[in-house]
Amino acid sequence: MSQSLDAYLVLAGILFAIGSFGFLARRNAISMLMSIELMINAVNLAIVAFGAFVPELNVDASVIALMVMAVAAAEATVGLAIVMAIYRNRRTPLVDEYDAMRQ
Amino acid sequence: MTIPDTVPVLGMTWNDLLFLFLAGVLLGSALLVVTLRDIIRCGIALVAAFGALAGIYVMLGAPLVAAAQVLVYIGAIAVLILFAIMLTQAKNAPVRLVFQTQAVPATIAAVVLAVIVALSVTATDWGEVGQRVATATDALARLLFNQYVLPLEVVSVLLLAAVIGGVFLAKREDRDA
Repeated sequence: MSQSLDAYLVLAGILFAIGSFGFLARRNAISMLMSIELMINAVNLAIVAFGAFVPELNVDASVIALMVMAVAAAEATVGLAIVMAIYRNRRTPLVDEYDAMRQ
Repeated sequence: MTIPDTVPVLGMTWNDLLFLFLAGVLLGSALLVVTLRDIIRCGIALVAAFGALAGIYVMLGAPLVAAAQVLVYIGAIAVLILFAIMLTQAKNAPVRLVFQTQAVPATIAAVVLAVIVALSVTATDWGEVGQRVATATDALARLLFNQYVLPLEVVSVLLLAAVIGGVFLAKREDRDA
């Protein structure tokens, strides 16, 4: 089982689905950001798994995974800063109360 | 004494047992992240999920990626998320409703997505070999600083821009200005 690419890819797919559920269903903006991190990690797991099992991709996959991590760190920084800025104005972290553009 | 080749009772290899354990921890804590009511506990479960994923990276023969996972995700991103949680969760906030009204369609969509991904992954021939190939760290360093040196520099500029943008966005505005 640990020697087959399919097991790791299915694991990554399930993790991505859990993250997408959290993004769609949670009300809290920070919970949604955490779900995005789960989805990014699922994609990274798939990349590293391809690198481990497909010899032509072996080293490149690790490089791409490191780049994805750096971009995810930048995304988390800016995303959390935006959540903090909105929280200072609206006094709530719940996204369904951010309805200023609907009124 | 020597360790037997397979797990005594279960009859699977040690690698399989380790993979099942890490995958269980990963999926279990990921489910806790998206379902727990207390958001601080969601953050702690997120740390557990990142740690289990680092273990899976080690199993896949990518120790540098695993080390970066621990440093970047557990050390930086999880701590940043925990700080943001503590700064934004007011005590009087309504915690009764954790989920949106669209939670049931979201569950159906996520299950359908997982099934489709699993079916298409197992039905596709990826041209893989049956044995894991470990990543040599010196080869990784050579590739990163030769062929991928432009993306590396672009990523460093992106991180600088993200730091400046984060400070600018989170800065408390001067009311008088």
